[in-house]
Amino acid sequence: MAFSVPLISLRRRVMDHAMTGASVLTVLLVLLPLFAIFAYLVYMGIGSINLAFLTQTPKPVGEPGGGMANAIVGSMVILAIASLLGVPLGIGAGIFLSEYGRNRYGDIVRFVSDVLNGVPSIVIGIVAYGLVVMRQKHFSALAGGVALAIMMIPTIARTTEQMLLLVPQAIREAAYGLGVSRWRTTLSITLRTATSGVITGVMLAFARVAGETAPLLFTAFGNQFWNWKMDQPTAALSLQIFTYAISPYDEWHRQAWAGALVLIILIVSAVAAVRIAVKHGTLSGA
Amino acid sequence: MSNQALPRPRFNAPEPERGSPEQGPKAALKIEARTTPLLDGKVSEIPDVFFGWVMRFCGVAVVALLGLIVYQLVVGSELSWHAFGWKFFVQSDWNPVEDQYGALPFIYGTIVSSVLALIIAVPLSVGVAVFITEMCPVGLRGILSFTTELLAAIPSVVYGLWAIFVLVPILREYVQPFLARTLGWTTLFSGPPYGIGMLAAGVILAIMIIPIISSITREVLTVVPQHQREAVLALGATRWEMIRMGVLRNARAGIVGAIILGLGRALGETMAVTMVIGNRPEIAKSLFAPGYTMASVLANEFTEATGDLYLSALIEIGLALFFVTIVVNALARLMVWSVTRGQPARSLA
Repeated sequence: MAFSVPLISLRRRVMDHAMTGASVLTVLLVLLPLFAIFAYLVYMGIGSINLAFLTQTPKPVGEPGGGMANAIVGSMVILAIASLLGVPLGIGAGIFLSEYGRNRYGDIVRFVSDVLNGVPSIVIGIVAYGLVVMRQKHFSALAGGVALAIMMIPTIARTTEQMLLLVPQAIREAAYGLGVSRWRTTLSITLRTATSGVITGVMLAFARVAGETAPLLFTAFGNQFWNWKMDQPTAALSLQIFTYAISPYDEWHRQAWAGALVLIILIVSAVAAVRIAVKHGTLSGA
Repeated sequence: MSNQALPRPRFNAPEPERGSPEQGPKAALKIEARTTPLLDGKVSEIPDVFFGWVMRFCGVAVVALLGLIVYQLVVGSELSWHAFGWKFFVQSDWNPVEDQYGALPFIYGTIVSSVLALIIAVPLSVGVAVFITEMCPVGLRGILSFTTELLAAIPSVVYGLWAIFVLVPILREYVQPFLARTLGWTTLFSGPPYGIGMLAAGVILAIMIIPIISSITREVLTVVPQHQREAVLALGATRWEMIRMGVLRNARAGIVGAIILGLGRALGETMAVTMVIGNRPEIAKSLFAPGYTMASVLANEFTEATGDLYLSALIEIGLALFFVTIVVNALARLMVWSVTRGQPARSLA
């Protein structure tokens, strides 16, 4: 054919293929640790999870058996406190940003919450230590909950804002036009329309803090025994994994893997449960 | 049609006559009668004003939270600040027994481990982002971005656990001897290969920040207008030349922003690093040697700090860490905003 002259030089063609290859290689390199982590976690964890692990408290060093039941419950308590404090405030701030904050003040809050999002979790731990632990004079589940709530608020505020902004302005105007007051419109029309998005944002924030360890080190502190008081040191799954992982005992290493697997399963199932609830209407407000 | 999911506001007033029953189905009328009345007849501005102020309070609370953090850290570190002043940040002696505190080894460890993480993570995450936005078959795109983001959902302590039992042995047995043989002359890779140390911290940090850098880079790349690509292709460029000249060059500021955001995360990362860095407050040239970071010294020593000055010195490290991450994050946000600003998803709907 007449057009057999190469339009693109060999060097450029080789370069093109080389960069495509390099790009595919990066994807493989990134996926490798992901699969390695999950595979290892399941492989090591499955063998160590048993009824004792889920129902018993830790045994002293040297004694086999024991479990992390108190840590599992402790994590749930701390997360419940964090959600009770963080979710309403976060959603409120999100409503402020989208409905009242299309101005300079809103920009300040928006910027501050983005900045707060980047504050290292260990620093949040110091703050909760100063706020709660120093006053109460001892470590507590409450302090841990406060630390995690501080971490949840900026994330929830920003996602709530983005979800509310997706609700068309015309819907708000239609409500106003019918004489519905502004607060009623915001809660019953705007927020309700965006419910599933807002809840997804809340779950993102929840999943993010559920595995946090650093802010709990000197707030919840951990506990080897059952504790039902909110103002006493409380065990948390992530803390327990940390303590066991850096210990020199094989039995504890085994339990650390089991704990990690349980932690991830709990996070994933909490998120999935809420997602399903949203999809099937129990929480969608319809 | 699209409005069906919305609850429809209704008047309390009785339904006006709508003509004969043949025109409007009765079922529809029944549902309408069931919906909550949003108008209760009383018109008052008080609840409106009240609600507005409660929401404003929530907004102010976010700002107050930042103020509270700064206040706590500043007040807590006062003692140490008065004792050491600026020297705190340049002295390398950390000795709780003699109440002598200098933060330099921790600052050094934080910087070295984070930079190491960036060196490893940046090419990989930009490569992944380019693959997903420019080369990947559409069907694979969603799966790949979901999988990379899954990496971000793994708790830090689980990364640490994996690093202790999988990554460190691999580094000790294979990677470190290899590096010592080939690059040992640089003195960066010398000394006994413990596995645990600065290199392990850098690698695990890299794995942890890849999802952040790659997802924001992807966001920035998608914002580059399609006609930019078409124009470069029309000039006869290969796909790589199109990516380099048409896409990457346009998204430069945003990619740098993504990298700085990753840096911000790496600087403050605590658990995984604490578990593998070796926790020794020394400044060593070799990456095989154990080190210590600002975040890990807080994690390890905060609950054991007995003296007031000891605690105060630790809080001052927290304050320094806080300021560095604030500056780094603010910088990154501004750079990412400069690229993605004005996009439909972010503007007022």
